[in-house]
Amino acid sequence: MTEFSPVSALIGGALIGTAASLLLLANGRIAGISGILGRALAFEPGERGSWRILFLLGLPVGAGLVGIVRGGLVTDISASIPTLIVAGLLVGFGTRLGNGCTSGHGVCGMARGSRRSIAATCTFMATAAVVVFVVRHVLGSP
Amino acid sequence: MKSAVAALAGILFGAGLAISQMTNPNKVLSFLDFSGGWDPSLALVMGAALAMSALGYQIARHRSATFFGDPIDLPPTAGIDVRLLAGATLFGVGWGLAGFCPGPALAATAAGRLPVWIFVCAMVVGMILFRRIDAVRSHRS
Repeated sequence: MTEFSPVSALIGGALIGTAASLLLLANGRIAGISGILGRALAFEPGERGSWRILFLLGLPVGAGLVGIVRGGLVTDISASIPTLIVAGLLVGFGTRLGNGCTSGHGVCGMARGSRRSIAATCTFMATAAVVVFVVRHVLGSP
Repeated sequence: MKSAVAALAGILFGAGLAISQMTNPNKVLSFLDFSGGWDPSLALVMGAALAMSALGYQIARHRSATFFGDPIDLPPTAGIDVRLLAGATLFGVGWGLAGFCPGPALAATAAGRLPVWIFVCAMVVGMILFRRIDAVRSHRS
C-alpha cells in the first residue's frame, strides 16, 4: 500500500505531458514508449532513427537525476523473478500488438481524442485491475 | 538540434515518471487495486499529463509542420480491431502482474536493481518475438 501523493503526481504528470508535447512539436512524433522502443529495436541504420535512442536514454537519466536529488529511487517490486519475466514478455508483445502502452494510448492518444486509444486504455486498465485483484485478494500475495 | 530536443524530452519524461513515483511498481499496483487502500495518484499523473499533452496537440493541429519544418506524424485514431484489443489485454495482464509498463520500467533502470533489468530484458524479448511472428504472418497473407 502507498500513500496518496497529489502534489508530486500533478507535477510529475505535467512534466510527462510537457515532454510529450515537446517531442510532438519538435520531432513530429508521438511519445509512445513501446512504439519508440519497438522501432529502435529494428536498428534503422543512419541518422533517421537516432532520436529514438536519445529519447529512450533520456528516461533513466531524468529518473536518475530525480533519484540523486531525492536520495534514491524507490522501486518496490513484489513480483517474483519468474513473474517479472512472464510480465515483461506480455508487456513487450502486447504493446506491440496493440500499437501502444500507457504513454502512447493513455497520454498521447487520449489527448487527441483517439477512439482507438480510448478503447485500448480502458481495456488495459480494466485487465490490469482484474489481474491485481486476483493476485492480491484471490491468490493472496502481498 | 532535433536530437538534443529528443534527449531533453526523454529526460523530462523520465524525471516526471520519477517525481510522480510511477517508477515504483507498488505505487502503480496500489492504484490498480480498487479493493485495498486505494491510491488514486496515478489518475492525477495521467490527468496532468493528458492536459499538457492535449495543449501540445492543439498547437500541433494548427501547424502544418514541426518547429524544424518536418511533417507531423500522427497514427490513425479510428478503427478499433481485434489486434488492438488483444494487444491491450495482454499488456494489461503483464502490467497488473509486475506494476511496470514500458516507460517507467526503462526509467527505473536508473535505480540499478537487477529485477528491473530482468523485466526490461523480458519486455525487449517480447517485442522482438512480436516482430518475428508478425513478419511471418504478413509474409503468409
